[in-house]
Amino acid sequence: MTERDDGLNRRKVLECMTWAGTGVLWTIAGGVPASLGIIDDAVAAQQKGFTFLQISDSHMGFDKPANPNVKATLEEAIARVNALPVKPSFMIHTGDISHLSKPSEFDDADRIISQARMDVHYVPGEHDLLDEDQGKLYRDRYGRGSKGAGWYSFDADGVHFIGLVNVVDLKAGGLGNLGNEQLEWLENDLKGRASSQPIVVFAHIPLWTVYPDWGWGTQDGARALGYLKKFGSVTVLNGHIHQVMQKVEGNVTFHTARSTAFPQPAPGTAPSPGPMKVPEDKLRTVLGIASVTFKQNEQRLAIIDTPLQG
Amino acid sequence: MATMITRSLTKCLIAGVTAVLLLAATPAQAADVAVKIGNFTFGPQEMKVKAGTTVTWTNEDDIPHTVVSPNNFRSKVLDTDDKYAFTFTTPGTYKYFCSLHPHMTGTIVVEAATGSVASP
Repeated sequence: MTERDDGLNRRKVLECMTWAGTGVLWTIAGGVPASLGIIDDAVAAQQKGFTFLQISDSHMGFDKPANPNVKATLEEAIARVNALPVKPSFMIHTGDISHLSKPSEFDDADRIISQARMDVHYVPGEHDLLDEDQGKLYRDRYGRGSKGAGWYSFDADGVHFIGLVNVVDLKAGGLGNLGNEQLEWLENDLKGRASSQPIVVFAHIPLWTVYPDWGWGTQDGARALGYLKKFGSVTVLNGHIHQVMQKVEGNVTFHTARSTAFPQPAPGTAPSPGPMKVPEDKLRTVLGIASVTFKQNEQRLAIIDTPLQG
Repeated sequence: MATMITRSLTKCLIAGVTAVLLLAATPAQAADVAVKIGNFTFGPQEMKVKAGTTVTWTNEDDIPHTVVSPNNFRSKVLDTDDKYAFTFTTPGTYKYFCSLHPHMTGTIVVEAATGSVASP
């Protein structure tokens, strides 16, 4: 779990192949290299399929050394979105829009993100529910038509999208939490759907266990994944850990997006998961956006992570 | 040499007696203590205090945290350098955690104020 892209030697590749043979493939990558070739491939894919965009962890209001200007980097991320040759159908934001749930922070996020001029589907991060009423501000602003703490589903181009909330009512010593009410809703939401319909699930904290020592996982995530077992194509998109990580298990592709605000260390490589200070000229190589392209008759969605620079 | 030790001992004894007298004069006032929040941990993670002690948590991380003991106390969100204080009046074991990062846990054990004069 702590391996990184730069550690991919022959032995590792062989290990991965062994895993592939048993149906579990770990693609531990620090992101797809954003060489021109890859971008061209992405552009080609976008022209054939349906594309949406993921941004995450904008942390408006954060002003510490790891990035004293999170507004500027969010603006750069939105500029990247606007520079895409084919406009994505919509955007999802996987939470931590704000740092401290202040109205001014949400205002800043809305002002900048709206410059992309597309629909945005949000789920909250734990930083978005810090107001006195524990999330009322978020729900008033972003939760229209959602259930409970802000979960919902919708369909687009034949794909079923499900936005889940796993940052509410967290228990001491535990991980992210979906809770019984939301899980029952999910079970119902999936009932009667054809197993051939592609499913995209998005939530803030990873639904799979990335690193429990840092709380990077969802304690009842397995139950949610159980309801998704019958579907042939499931893509799970998360944020929270401020770095790209991907895992493919059976029909399920798990993927976490970069933050637009600051990076966090790889699991276990630092005393804590706190903001990671990188040299000024490296910051934009570890922040970024992800575009996801769905092509008919292909089980896996193509996910391209693009850093702000490099 | 022996005289010096004797003198030191005398000084210590005087200091000790003074301390005991001070404590005796203000029995309800236990020494206040601090818990640091740093690197996503509470330090010290476990602490024994006398009833009447005020514990003050200070967030030294670049990320906000909270201090929550369900049904007992709940801080507002603590940004960097923010503090939260709670005075423990009733003996018992108080487990608490950060509601944003629930893997962060800590315990305050509160003992009755009477009995030993040793401060925590």
